This record gives sequence, C-alpha cells and structure tokens, in this order.
Amino acid sequence: MPAVLVIASLLVAPALSTAAPRTSWDATACGRVGGTLVFGQAQDTVSLDPNDVDDGFSVNNTSNMFDTLVRFRAETTQVEPSLAESWTVSPDGKTWTFRLRRGVKFHDGTPFNAEAVKFTFERTTDKKHPYYPGSAPYGGFTYQNVTKVDAADDSTVRFTLSAPFSPLLTNLAMFSAAVVSPTAVKKWGKDFFKHPVGTGAFRFVEWVQKDHITMEANKDYWAGRPCVDRLIIRGIPDNTVRLLEMEKGGIHMMDQVNPPDYDRIKKNKGLVLFTGAGLNTGYVALNTTKEPFNDVRVRRAVNMAVNKPALIKAFYEGVGQPAKNPIPPTIWSYNDAVKPYDYDPEGAKKLLAEAGYPNGITTELWWPNRARPYLTQPQKIAEAIQAQLAKGGIRAKLVTFEWGTYLQKISNGEHPMAIVGWIGDNGDPDNFLYVLLSKNEAKKGGNNYSFYANTQVNDLLLKAQQIGDQATRSRHYQQAQEIIARDAPWVPLVHAARVGAYRMEVQNFTLHPLQIWWLHRVWISK
Amino acid sequence: MPAPMSRYLLRRLLEMIPVFFGVILVVFVISRLTPGDPARIILGERATPEALAQLRDVLGLNEPIPTQFARYLVRALRGDLGRSIQSNERVIVDLATRFPATLELTLGAMLIASTVGVLTGVLAAVRANSWFDGVSMFVALFGFSMPIFWLGIMLILLFAWLLGWFPISGRLDLTVDLARVTGFYLLDALLTRNWAALGNALRHLVLPAVTLSTVPLAIIARMTRSSLLEVLRQDYVRTARAKGLPERRVVLAHALRNAAIPVITVIGLNVGSLLSGAILTETIFAWPGVGRLVVDAIFARDYPVVQGTVLVIAVVFVAVNLLVDLSYAALDPRIRYG
Repeated sequence: MPAVLVIASLLVAPALSTAAPRTSWDATACGRVGGTLVFGQAQDTVSLDPNDVDDGFSVNNTSNMFDTLVRFRAETTQVEPSLAESWTVSPDGKTWTFRLRRGVKFHDGTPFNAEAVKFTFERTTDKKHPYYPGSAPYGGFTYQNVTKVDAADDSTVRFTLSAPFSPLLTNLAMFSAAVVSPTAVKKWGKDFFKHPVGTGAFRFVEWVQKDHITMEANKDYWAGRPCVDRLIIRGIPDNTVRLLEMEKGGIHMMDQVNPPDYDRIKKNKGLVLFTGAGLNTGYVALNTTKEPFNDVRVRRAVNMAVNKPALIKAFYEGVGQPAKNPIPPTIWSYNDAVKPYDYDPEGAKKLLAEAGYPNGITTELWWPNRARPYLTQPQKIAEAIQAQLAKGGIRAKLVTFEWGTYLQKISNGEHPMAIVGWIGDNGDPDNFLYVLLSKNEAKKGGNNYSFYANTQVNDLLLKAQQIGDQATRSRHYQQAQEIIARDAPWVPLVHAARVGAYRMEVQNFTLHPLQIWWLHRVWISK
Repeated sequence: MPAPMSRYLLRRLLEMIPVFFGVILVVFVISRLTPGDPARIILGERATPEALAQLRDVLGLNEPIPTQFARYLVRALRGDLGRSIQSNERVIVDLATRFPATLELTLGAMLIASTVGVLTGVLAAVRANSWFDGVSMFVALFGFSMPIFWLGIMLILLFAWLLGWFPISGRLDLTVDLARVTGFYLLDALLTRNWAALGNALRHLVLPAVTLSTVPLAIIARMTRSSLLEVLRQDYVRTARAKGLPERRVVLAHALRNAAIPVITVIGLNVGSLLSGAILTETIFAWPGVGRLVVDAIFARDYPVVQGTVLVIAVVFVAVNLLVDLSYAALDPRIRYG
C-alpha cells in the first residue's frame, strides 16, 4: 500500500469508527478507503430509473445510487430505518406516518423531503402523471392498497391505505420505491433513466451503453461515504469469458457462475466463491382443476415419484436445497416441521392404483424454454423429472413454449403439470404464499398456476396481510404451509443457491439474500 | 459520370423505397405475429391481468395492428423510430451509439477476410493441387464449419488469458479515456490524436475481428480459387502467357481482375452474414454493438428496437450491394449500365 494511502486510511478509519453505525450495513469500518471496484454482471443494464426497472441487472446499479424510506438489513430480509428514521401505524392500520431523516440531499443538491417522497409515489403509480416513467412495472405491486401520500410537513410523510396491508413496510424497502430527485426528473423528463439522481452511496458519472456504468463515491452520504472511490459495473454476457476476466484481474467480482466452474474457483487461491441460501422456489404446478390431478392421491403420488436430491446433485452442483414448502427457509415463518414426501416410486404406483389408475397415468409435463435462477438447465431438468416420474408410473410427454407464451398458457390453466418458479421480491412470505396459492389468484391470468383454492388457506393468508404483529402473522403462514403440504398442489423442487465470486482482495462483501449487489461497504485491500 | 450511369443509379435508389417499405412491413408483421406479449415478458412471473392491461395500454399495444403500423410508418418517415419498450431510450439514439461499434467490428473482419481470403485463394489457384492448395482449402473448410462461439472462447483462452497478448473482452480498457466523437473508436482516437487509445482499441479489435472473419474468409478463399482457376484456363490467358508475360503479371493483371467479379459479389453478400455473425461475436467479447441490442430486444419483444435495427441493417446491406454492382463496371469494361 502506498504511504499516502496508509495515512489516508489511518485518518479516515478512526473517524468512521467513532460515529455510531447508522444501519446494520455500517457495523464494520472501511479497512481501506479509495480505489476502483469493478463488478462484472451477466447482462447489460437496461435503465437507471429505479421506478421503472424490472430486471436485477439494472437494479444492481440503481440500488447503489438510490435510497428507500426503509432498507433491508445487511444479512436478512428484515427491514430497518433508512431515509425514514421512524414510523407509526394507526390502530386501524390504514395510516402510516414516516419521520424522515433531516439534512439529506440528493446528488444534485436538491433537499430530500416529504415532497420528494410524494412525487416519487405519484410518478410511479399514476400513468397520467407528466413524469410517469414509461411503464413502472412494479408500481402497482409496491404501493398495493396505498391510495395517497401526503407531506404533513417537510420531514413527515403520511401514506393512506384503502385497507390494512402489513407487507407495505417491506415493499417500501424495494428498489422500486427508491426516492428520486424531483428536480432531476423534471429537468430530464423521459431521459431521466440515463441521468439518475438519488440520495444513495454512489453518484452517477457515466453510462457507455451495453458496456459499463461508472459511479463515484458520494462523500456526503448520510450513513458515511462508501469505501471505494469509484464503482464500475460492466456487462459481460458470456459466463466463461466473465470468469476469465476475473482471473486476469479485469474485474473484481462476478455474478452467475456456471455450476461446472465452482471447482475451478475453489481451487484458485486468488478467488472466493460465495454461496448462500437463495430467495426462490422452483416447483411443478399440478393443475388441480384437471383430471387426474383433481385427486389429492395422484398429486401426492407425483410428489413421491420425484427424487429432489438427485436433481440438485446433477443440475445445481449440490449447492441448492431440496424444497418441501412453497417459501424458502431464508424467509421468516418457514415451517420446518412440515414433513416432506420422501422419494418412493413404488409407493407412488400404489397410491395411483388406489386412486383408480392401476396402470399408472399418461399426461404432459410442461417446461419453460428459458433458464431461470431456480431452473438452471430447463430442458435437462425436465428430462430428468420425466425419467423419474416414469419409474413411479407417470408417463409424461414433454411440452414447451417460448417464455412469454408459456407464462400465458399456464396462467390460463392449459397445462396438466408445469415446471415454473418464483423469485422473492421483498422477502415477505405474503410475496410467495398469497401471490402463488391464494384463491384470488386461482383464475385465468393469475399466478396460482395449480388453481389451488382452499378456503381455509385463503382465510389465513388474507388475515395475515392485515395483522401488524409479525409473530401472529408467522403463525398463520406456518399453518397455511401445513395444509398446503397435505393438499400437495405443487411438487416443490428446489431453492437454488445465491452464488457470486470475487477476487481475494475484495473485502467485507456478502451477497444479500435478495441477490442485489450492494457494494458501498466493500473495500479493496491492495 | 456518364448519363446512363446516373440514370441507373437513380433507378436503383428509387427501387430501394419499396424494398425498405417491404422490410418495415415484414418485420412489423412478423414481430407482432411472434408469440409472446411484451407486457407479459416485462412483468414475467408476477403478471396480473390488471397490470398487464395497464402496461399494454401504456405501450400502445391495445390498438389494432394496422393503426400501430400506420403510426410507425408516419413517424419513421420523420426519422422517429420510437422509444424502446424496455429502457425508454429513443431507438435512433440506441442505434447511433451501437452501430459504430458493430460497423467497426464488421469492417475489421471484412478487411481480414478479404485480404487473407483473396491471397490464400490466389496462391491456392496458382499452385493448384499442391500441398499448399490442399492444406489451405482444408483449413478454409474447417474455418467455415467451426462454431463462432467455440472459436471465440478458444482464441480468448490462448491469446488473451494464457499469453496475455490481447485483452479478454470489451472495446476499450476502463482506464483509457477517449473523447467519443463519431462512436468509431479507431476514428475517434485518430481525430483526437490519442495514440494510447488507438493502440488500446486496436488490441481490443483483433480477436473479435479474427473470430468474425473466419466464415467469410473461408468462402472468399474458396471462391477466389475456383474463379481464378476457371479464368486461368481461358484462351486470353494462354495468349498472355504466349506473349511471354511474366506469370505474376498474367495472374494479377489479367486473370485476377476477371476472376474478381464473383469474389466481390460474395464479399458483398457476406456483409449481411457478418452483421448477423456479429451477434454471437459481440456476446462472447462483450462488444457493445447492435448485435447484442437486437438479441436482447428480441427476447424482450421490444418491437421498436427490433424494427429499427433490422431497418438499419437492411439499409447497410442494400447500400453495400449497390456498391458491389457499381464496382462491376470498374472491373470489367464490357459491363455497362443503363
């Protein structure tokens, strides 16, 4: 380390460590301040307007430049204060009041205040708003039940809801709720997506499209400046080429490692492979409105015929977890007491005979022709499941469609069995259970692809949306998981791991369970 | 320019209008007929009927297709190709920033393919049935059949990763500053006399250009060989030799010029395949060109971007082939236009 840098870090490190950490992210002071961190990701950034993005690659950029009222803690999907220091909910659950942090400024100097929060809400949800950002695909989801947002005073903002909705707090931590500078939005209009201005740890410098984005440290960041001076995010689409770049030092870190390359990284002393539990579930939706899957015995038989550990060993390099519940264990309220269906092809055959199919059944297994985080190699996985099912007396023909068509068809319920999955948006159980298994979603165009409609489960899920207390909500969700396991509308397959890799000199990095690459507390040791 | 020539040129230019109209129409219809709704793809797993309807409305997809087409055509005539559904960027800006990257790559590849290809073809023809002929034509066949994807990775592994002669990916090192004037980095570096950037951009260009050049190189080499062999059997070549002209002059001045027409035609036609080959090459080398733009756009059903890109590729293709046709007259005095 050059002498100047040693002095610089001696000066800065104690200064940072004496201040009490503002968030769970700031527990460790920067070990070194300065340098340029380069992160290579698998796809190019599409847009830098956080209220308009919907892909994780763009979100990795916006999340480093923008803040939300509340934020996810460093290691979990629980939330903590960020731009809001505190909040209260009225007894009827319909009015949420947030006290805002004072003295925070956007990168363009505009003061952050209640008006900015109101402006962000309105431009995201009202498509007639003069600064509506194109399509705002997450707007409706993020602000579900919110009818209006008022600035009570400069640093107090009030959300009014049509009905109580507890998941709102987690939704407000999502990238889509990032607060934007009203001045900048008005200045750039439709081009705000390439001139982003937030309050975040990094400020935007340059975007060479389909190549890289450069950001620099926001030295006035309210939670303390980020450790590195510059952050560059590059898009390098080929997984092998990206790894070679990292080995040669062209980039410091990368996402989406090819599973066969895990070993290569582990053997390289200069590299680190990060793996952790993922926030996703891959599953087979059994269409409960179609014969023979309207019979619970048939659905259980399918569950018994699938050998999940074998799939994980073959297609996830052993770093995924077999699933038994719709939600992954990274989410609170996960019910570990639920007993999984053990692999038992002979038992499956017996159960089918009991249900009136002594010769087994002939059906179709649908699979999506696009790799997803929960489905790394769609065709191979579909073929493996097909072979496993055959041993349990279930003869399935493989059927596939292009991704958009596929979603449309399974949403219409045209499939008997369909491989699909879900990636958590915010770490709230409601975001899996209600969206995927409630009666309200069991309709054409909905997300309940098994068309599972159990009144008791539906009641539990609806109640849990309206209760403020997390422990009570948790009990409701656990009970729902038990009933769902018994009714077997799905074959839960796998929770794929979150994986990333980085060079040895990268310090203090963990990949957040939401798989967003927050990099403001990362430093480079040489 | 003689009068028949300019009349010919005018006719060819006018003929382009229905071609471009046809291209716009076909791409418009095909992209709308392709299954998959952009709104559904944007919303992905979490699409609700309400969100879908709203998004389709915002994107203007609820209107009848003829209305959409008419509106697109009117705007396109004014030079407005719309905005990307995904990013909200104006398509014309997207193309203006990406196309130079692809053209730079394509021209680099074409340069390698035509010089090496013609040279190999000539040598192989002159020494027909020698060991050089056999080996070079086998290598050409090999180059033609090799998947670009695999070749690109192999070149990276050997020349960039192992030997370190060239960078692995990208168009310019992140540490190199270059004022972007035209978007053609080599040109920009020359214009601003930024020699460091010129060298850096050249080094970045070599591997992708070589990768992209293999298929047309093989075709050009084989075409040059067969075309030249045919010409070398002609009477006037025998006459030239009988006059006692040196063999080098016979081949280069008399035979090659006449053999060039099919070769130039092949080169022109290959510009199209180069532009499409660039899609794979750009993906491997993380090259920020239109190939990746259009692939991402196709997957996202980003209609305005797909339409705009295909239109521009069509313009380039038609223009190159017009140049090829015009070059015939220069090569062969017997060819006249009118």
